[in-house]
Amino acid sequence: MPYTKRRRLVTTAVAVALGATALAACGSSDDGEARSGPVSLTYWTWTPGMDKVVDLWNKGPGKKEQITVTVKKQASGDTLVTKILTAHKAGQAPDLVQAEYQALPTLVSNDALADIKDEAGDVKGKFADGVWQQTTLGTDAVYAVPQDIGPLMFYYREDLFEKYGLDVPQTWEEFAETARKLKKAAPDKDLTTFSANDSGLFAGLAQQAGGRWWTTSGQKWKVGINDDATKKVAEFWGGLVEEGAVDNQPMYTPAWNKALNTGKQIAWISAVWAPGTLSTAAPDTKGKWAMAPLPQWSADENRTGSWGGSSTAVTTDSEHKDAAARFATWLNTDADALSALAKEGGIYPASTSAQLSGAFTNPPEYFSNQPDFYAKAAEIAETTVPSAWGPNVNVAYTSFKDAFGAAAKNKSDFTAALDTMQDDTVADLKKQGFEVAP
Amino acid sequence: MTGTPARRRPYGAGAAPYARPSAATARGRAPRAPYFFVLPAALLFLLFFALPIGYALWLSFRKAKVSGLGLGAGARTEVWAGLENYTDALSDSELLNGALRVLGYGCIVVPVMLGLALLFALMLDAEKVRFAPVTRLAIFLPYAIPGVVAALLWGFLYLPDVSPFYFVLDRLGLPQPDLLDGGPLYLALSNIAVWGGTGFNMIVIYTALQAIPVEVYEAAKLDGATPLQIALRIKIPMVAPSLVLTFFFSVIATLQMFNEPTTLKPLTNSVSTTWSPLMKVYQDAFGKGDIHAAAAQATLIALATLVLSFGFLRAANRRNKQEAAR
Repeated sequence: MPYTKRRRLVTTAVAVALGATALAACGSSDDGEARSGPVSLTYWTWTPGMDKVVDLWNKGPGKKEQITVTVKKQASGDTLVTKILTAHKAGQAPDLVQAEYQALPTLVSNDALADIKDEAGDVKGKFADGVWQQTTLGTDAVYAVPQDIGPLMFYYREDLFEKYGLDVPQTWEEFAETARKLKKAAPDKDLTTFSANDSGLFAGLAQQAGGRWWTTSGQKWKVGINDDATKKVAEFWGGLVEEGAVDNQPMYTPAWNKALNTGKQIAWISAVWAPGTLSTAAPDTKGKWAMAPLPQWSADENRTGSWGGSSTAVTTDSEHKDAAARFATWLNTDADALSALAKEGGIYPASTSAQLSGAFTNPPEYFSNQPDFYAKAAEIAETTVPSAWGPNVNVAYTSFKDAFGAAAKNKSDFTAALDTMQDDTVADLKKQGFEVAP
Repeated sequence: MTGTPARRRPYGAGAAPYARPSAATARGRAPRAPYFFVLPAALLFLLFFALPIGYALWLSFRKAKVSGLGLGAGARTEVWAGLENYTDALSDSELLNGALRVLGYGCIVVPVMLGLALLFALMLDAEKVRFAPVTRLAIFLPYAIPGVVAALLWGFLYLPDVSPFYFVLDRLGLPQPDLLDGGPLYLALSNIAVWGGTGFNMIVIYTALQAIPVEVYEAAKLDGATPLQIALRIKIPMVAPSLVLTFFFSVIATLQMFNEPTTLKPLTNSVSTTWSPLMKVYQDAFGKGDIHAAAAQATLIALATLVLSFGFLRAANRRNKQEAAR
């Protein structure tokens, strides 16, 4: 930044928060009483094309029930969580929000999400247990309706695997062998990279291995970030980085795009939404990639973790929680709504019946060479193991970026980085006043 | 004529304050007007400056307290924390390390940037200079580019796989240093600031040079001073106040460093989320959601900035006075 007067970010933020607090005089009233007259709801989401899907509602069931929904387009992921929390502090959160599964405990612990068990509890059967459980946080309440999921898979350059005589790895051991074999055949190429700038992938890999990062016992939280399963994952990747079998540079950089586009990196562990990312990062390699299940820790296992995925939640600030919950269930269980979501938003639905619906008979355009892409994806999605999120996922994720970023750069001990992550997370919980089980 | 003194009285006599003001009206009315004029500014200052700062201070003495699992309504309350946030911030090695990193960066960027700015200003101010307006504009131009854009632009140039520089180095068979790692990272960051900030500082110094009366130069020339001597013995001492000013600005900007490392962060593992003190504040406020810790750290940073910059200004002023006395 050039040398000039610079507004102090925090002061500004505080000023904004203060202004918002001042405006918050009009609180929210409890709902429950019979609605009279039309209702209009605001919905914060980042899914592209959501306005078109909402149009279906406003012209169809919404018109009948006199519930109009307005979409306000937002930034994705963590940025939106911050925004929701700030708005909630002012009592001004919208009626409906999109939230990633791992953000739900944070939002719930700030009392931002309403329990919609009575309105939405009966759609439980439409979703896989592991997915639904993420919206209840292991309690009796229901805090959101699942929208999309991101089961992890193995993406690879089919042509280059053939060229270098590589087989698609079935186990992580084979994965390591494949990486070494490629290094030997083409020293300037990498099978993939260990990226420290997106914690979600590592969380998904740990989940597959059986890591359970946040659990509860009684009124205490238990943090298991450095449990044996996660340690195994950290050691595995740390070893590969240390011996130089895989790259250590972050994802989503111009350099990474180029590496994918030119075949310098020939595989990517990613979720079902990868085709969208690949088509912008590596447009020249369209039709050359293939998708396979994630390698397993032992040959007789068949499990995967998830990376991302989100839900639709109703906020405690909403004055029409029943109406909002009705829209949320329609959006994520109605066949028309889901095929529109798939078409306009490119999401992979959490609803199990929708995964096999007409919208998913043809593969994504980028994977036109793999006709059974979605059939395979549905099979893989079924093997997703439950995840275990806690109230300070954001802290653990930040700690991951810093600790693993440094470890990847220095090619040093990944388990030490994992311990740092564990310590940071526990310290933050304690600081906030949570009881933490040893 | 004389019969109607009340009507024919000179205009304003008696009643008008500027004719013959009585003691009472002078006391009662005159001082009110300035306050009235100052009111809008004072109000805005209060609303958008003093109040937020006060609120930040208030927040810095509070903390969130969670009961049980922290799920559901009423599980999270705000309680008085006393100085806890401050002691945490002061004992937080990451904040201190961030300050040290910024200090290291400042040790490179401030001397280089101001040195270059002074050099360019002197060269532009030299007697025989061609294309002065164009050159001045060219040096100043990077300042017009927003900091985030500049950092992104340089970020691309630093990444070996996409940078044209590395392509050329590769073709020439020269070594290709990784600029986004370890020590070179400081150079890479400084380079962005120097590139963006030199022009601004140059203009400040150049403007001061232009204000020096020509007679001074004439006198020096008559005494047989060379252009170099004029530059060293006359120009530089005479623009010293501008140098102090630009140094002052640069130090503050360095302490508030945020844009460049934040923009470069996604490109490399070397920049952590808490690389500079302000990044740590940002991270705590918006990454961790702990506005109380962030408020305490922001207060400390503001205090440190205040002490450092005004300490420097006082020292500079004292020197000036001593020299004037001599």
